[in-house]
Amino acid sequence: MDVYLPIANLSVNGLVIVGLGALTGVLSGLFGVGGGFLTTPLLIFYGVPPTVAAASAATQITGASVSGVLAHGRRGGVDYRMGTVMVAGGVLGAGIGALLFRFFQSIGQIDTVINVLYVFLLGSVGSLMAREAWQAVRPPEGGAAKPAMKRRHHRLVAALPLRWRFYGSGLYISPIAPLLLGVVVGALTMLMGVGGGFILVPAMLYILGMSANVVVGTSLYNILFVTMATTMMHALTTHAVDIVLVALLLFGSVTGAQLGTQVAQKFKPEYLRLALAAIVLLVTARMFFGLFVRPEEIYTVVPL
Amino acid sequence: MKRLFLLVALLMLSAQRDPILVPEVSQDDVQVQQGFTGTELLLFGVILDPTGARAGEDYDIVVVLKGPTEPITVREKARVGGIWVNADSTAFQSAPSFFAVASSRPIEEIVDERTAAIYELGLGYLQLSPTGAIDPEEQTRFTAGLVDLRSRQGLYKEDPSGVQISEQVLYQVRISLPSNVQTGTYTAETFAITRGRVIASAIAEVEVRKVGFERFVEVFSERQSLFYGFLAVFLSVGMGWVAGRLFALI
Repeated sequence: MDVYLPIANLSVNGLVIVGLGALTGVLSGLFGVGGGFLTTPLLIFYGVPPTVAAASAATQITGASVSGVLAHGRRGGVDYRMGTVMVAGGVLGAGIGALLFRFFQSIGQIDTVINVLYVFLLGSVGSLMAREAWQAVRPPEGGAAKPAMKRRHHRLVAALPLRWRFYGSGLYISPIAPLLLGVVVGALTMLMGVGGGFILVPAMLYILGMSANVVVGTSLYNILFVTMATTMMHALTTHAVDIVLVALLLFGSVTGAQLGTQVAQKFKPEYLRLALAAIVLLVTARMFFGLFVRPEEIYTVVPL
Repeated sequence: MKRLFLLVALLMLSAQRDPILVPEVSQDDVQVQQGFTGTELLLFGVILDPTGARAGEDYDIVVVLKGPTEPITVREKARVGGIWVNADSTAFQSAPSFFAVASSRPIEEIVDERTAAIYELGLGYLQLSPTGAIDPEEQTRFTAGLVDLRSRQGLYKEDPSGVQISEQVLYQVRISLPSNVQTGTYTAETFAITRGRVIASAIAEVEVRKVGFERFVEVFSERQSLFYGFLAVFLSVGMGWVAGRLFALI
């Protein structure tokens, strides 16, 4: 089924794109991550121009996170106050990301920056996750398991001035911490075309020390609004959002997400996390390897 | 059109014995829309004596189909500290987005290098208007890189035996446009060459444009960016919400 993408200026097999969307949808349903870290590179690999791929992937993540936010919101799993502070930071971060994007593009290093960021971030998050999941899966040695670590936010967070109460998260901390976290993730969304859930979730747990039952919902809430802002920013500046590509990806991902959610209920969460860690590390290894291997194309053309 | 008129006038004034080329293209309007996977153009025409009779001599025909030119930057990757990054770059002011040369015999058998360079007959003679003072050797390297890249994308091509001439009168050539072609005005220039000299040339134009929904989307995203952005957000939120509701029912 040939579909012509009017912004990407190219004809693609629609079924491949729907399938790609479904794959990321299943991942998001299974693991609660957006799957942007897979969509963007795979789209580029398929021949879609990198800017169009990143912009359209961000728009797709908006759609994929809607049903998640609604579901978590219904059962009280979203700390709206915390989420809104992060969104404010995220929108600011998206603006910073756009400036960085333009700067690195003008000196021709945007691809390298994106690849190195991927390797660095996915590599560290992947190995953290793998270690944590492995410890949970492995039968406890010498009888009794270690007592659960007491939840506590990072010392640096406690040192920040100004304190707000976040009832949903069970925290009394400075709003500057989630704001900064939002800025970082927003910049990454704009730069890499990812939702940032794979960084947000561990950061909320281990740096902010939020209670686990609101982490995924609040992360999705943040992603929902930040990807909206990113879409608008791309629409206004790069004109790279391809609505046909977005529709195809969404069609696959919203269906895939439901499937993933149903499959997820059949497995233990530790095994799921271990599987996700394996996928993340695999992608990292591929990208790391790619940095050192002579690329297929030595020359690239960009419009002036 | 003006050029064509001048050319005809010139032909009438000066060279009584030089033949006239009458070029034609199978499709002067290529419409890019849903289902467009590229197209094949048939460029054909006749070579006539000014009196209207067949020219009756062996001519070589070269057809150059050229897409709209654009300013581009070409970057070259190199190994820096173990990893591959973009290192050198150069700018070309007039790189054609599409360039196909077809001839009845290999170009080097038809004309000398100088003539080929003047008429841009071949990928080796592209006039790219490089900017900045870069040494010629580097320039050649970047040009070769660009030509190689675009050749593999199907955007630049050379076919040394693509033009068929029947009975010294009718010539025809097929050139395919891939789906990733740029929209704009394409020019098809036909040259009749004998004894290393270009004795007649003619231009036909082909318009490649998006139509219908595809054109609407492109124009909408450029001119009404704000609303286009809202529409994209609305679409994705809407689809996500509807899907969530639908699956909740099942």
